[in-house]
Amino acid sequence: MMGSYTRRIPWGLLAAMLMLASGSATALERASPSTADHERFKALQGPFASGPEVTEACLKCHTEAADQLQATTHWTWEYLHPETRQLLGKRHVVNSFCGSVASNEPFCTSCHTGYGWDDMREAPPVAGNRVDCLVCHDTTGDYWKSPTGAGHPVYESLDPADDTARQPPDLARIARNIGPTGRQNCGSCHFYGGGGDGVKHGDLDSSLVDPPRTLDVHMAPEGADFACADCHTTSAHSVTGSRYLTKARDTQGIDVPGHTDFTRSSCESCHGLAPHASTKLNDHIDQVACQSCHIPAFARGGVATKTWWDWSTAGRLGEDGEPLKIRDADGNLEYLSTKGSFRHGENVVPEYRWFDGQVRYTLRSDTLDDSQQPIEINRIQGSHDDPDSRIWPFKIMQGKQPYDPVNQHLLVNHVYSAVDDTALWTNFDWAKALKAGAEYADQPYSGEFDFVETRMHWPITHMVAPAEDALHCSACHAREGRLAALTDFYLPARDRSVWLDRAGWSAALLVLVGSLTHAGGRILTRRRRKDS
Amino acid sequence: MKRVMIYKRFERFWHWSQAALIFFLMFTGFEIHGSYQALGFGTAARLHGLAAYTLIGLWILAIFWHFTTGEWRQYIPTTDKLGAVIHYYLIGTFTGAEHPFRQTTRAKHNPLQRLAYLGFKLVISPLIWISGLLYLFYNQWPAWGLEGLSLGGVALVHTAAAFAMLAFVIGHVYMATMGKTVFSLVKPMITGYEDSREQLPAKDAPDRGTVEAPHQPPSGQGHHPGGSQ
Repeated sequence: MMGSYTRRIPWGLLAAMLMLASGSATALERASPSTADHERFKALQGPFASGPEVTEACLKCHTEAADQLQATTHWTWEYLHPETRQLLGKRHVVNSFCGSVASNEPFCTSCHTGYGWDDMREAPPVAGNRVDCLVCHDTTGDYWKSPTGAGHPVYESLDPADDTARQPPDLARIARNIGPTGRQNCGSCHFYGGGGDGVKHGDLDSSLVDPPRTLDVHMAPEGADFACADCHTTSAHSVTGSRYLTKARDTQGIDVPGHTDFTRSSCESCHGLAPHASTKLNDHIDQVACQSCHIPAFARGGVATKTWWDWSTAGRLGEDGEPLKIRDADGNLEYLSTKGSFRHGENVVPEYRWFDGQVRYTLRSDTLDDSQQPIEINRIQGSHDDPDSRIWPFKIMQGKQPYDPVNQHLLVNHVYSAVDDTALWTNFDWAKALKAGAEYADQPYSGEFDFVETRMHWPITHMVAPAEDALHCSACHAREGRLAALTDFYLPARDRSVWLDRAGWSAALLVLVGSLTHAGGRILTRRRRKDS
Repeated sequence: MKRVMIYKRFERFWHWSQAALIFFLMFTGFEIHGSYQALGFGTAARLHGLAAYTLIGLWILAIFWHFTTGEWRQYIPTTDKLGAVIHYYLIGTFTGAEHPFRQTTRAKHNPLQRLAYLGFKLVISPLIWISGLLYLFYNQWPAWGLEGLSLGGVALVHTAAAFAMLAFVIGHVYMATMGKTVFSLVKPMITGYEDSREQLPAKDAPDRGTVEAPHQPPSGQGHHPGGSQ
């Protein structure tokens, strides 16, 4: 009895200590659990024949969700820039990758957060059930949109004979398992921009679904395990963090509810305005974006990003008349008859530019000057003397794109058509495709076309490395460092007065040689005196 | 054998720690300037700043010492024997002439040294301090109302002063070997004492340049720093 009594005391103590310990630990689950179990909702039991049917079920409870989403750029693909007054958004811009969405809708709008937007000349469909809830809220990973379905998911097996082919999603099961957006959801479109994994951004690709800590310290499961929305905070389905009007310098610092702008889409909104222990490092943050040092390279996750895309070579077919597909030594696509020639890069060192957050696009309606190539598809603004500008890292995308050399404007790249043979990918005939594209976009067209070299700037902000992998000072503070191209300010170790250096070293050398000569003379004369 | 303390303990401490710091500052400074890569820019810059603060601290002590001991008078420029000393370095040292200057505790520097050190203290060093502190506090310029300054200009002055310092150091080190033997001038800067065994009593005693040890009989003759015989 004695023994069991004494044995019991420590267990009781231990239990009490454990309870105290767990009581004092106030940490919450990272994602707060939902108050609703969607599995038990009758409306979600299905079966659902289509995406819009699921959305109708969602909207029965989430009455405002469709209206909210339809007010965002994710829906409108349209953005009126408040400063440049340019009408931007995917609906309007041309980029250095596929060119333009217009005339290629069912293909490009497969990434629209809706169903059935098949004509870019008109606004997206207005019915609430046209909003796609699942693409953002699927937690099973099984939801996938048809590449040519104008946003609809795959409803029937693409190849019934092949049982290893990806099966159409079980809409009812996905609807019952919806949840907050994760990396996979955003990534299903944003990782594949430009027509493939990692093609467009360089700092966004499928390696970020489950990244190691060295690749992205925030999104890594063994790091902070962030979802995109942890930084790209949302309100009424509107997501913060614009690429058209970037906050290049956040002077508000840590995002305090009720005091600041309620967004965390800047490093400063969590890390504050003096994030380093070293004052000298903090002295840099007014002019150097965090990303410049903390993203030493992009495309670090094993997925290559396109750095060059030359459309002018597209259309060349093999001897058998079939489209060609040629890979380079690294296994990346080098040539496609449908798209032209490519160059890719992994672990790409960014280029650095002053950036105040403002981006101005070269739109289809803008007049080019093809004597000044490359044409800037988007221009970034900023300088050393502008207090709102900081040095930012960029992926600079280059290539050649079709344009009208008579009218001097960019042409619509009509590559895909589900209905006729006007598109490049059907006929491999540029003359026919560009004519159809110009007609579609109601653009003046001389009938002549050529290819103009273009360049486009993509700010780099993801793939933030752990602090220990940040750039060393000498990456920039060196004669030939990373900032060699930015010459509008004095950078220690890079800059100097060559004239002063020559004069200084000459003076020092002169004193040295003079001293040595003097010493030689003394030794010589002393020896002579001794001899005599 | 009589020994006279020429360089007091603090003076020696000041001289050698200043020498070490200046060598280190030049080594790190020219790396910051981009002349070579050794420690890495970040480490070089950090240590350069640290050494600079240390040297500033040392200078504050030294200035205090100079004024409280009256040693600042050692640096009052004089033309007395200046021509003779210059003549000695240009000609006399080759013909076996005796150095025209005799070192004393009152006047431990010959007229040329006085000028050189005064230039070092009043021109090169202040230029380096002021430009260096401005360089270091670049981010505070707007708060100090100094927006008009250019970093390139400040860096230019700092670098120019550093080159002047480099030339001074080379010349200084060479001149320090010009004693009777290579180390005979360096030794008192280490031990403090001038060895006066072979020194004859002073023949002439002008007010600058002979022994005038206030608390000692005037037999402790100091040897001049450049004496070759």
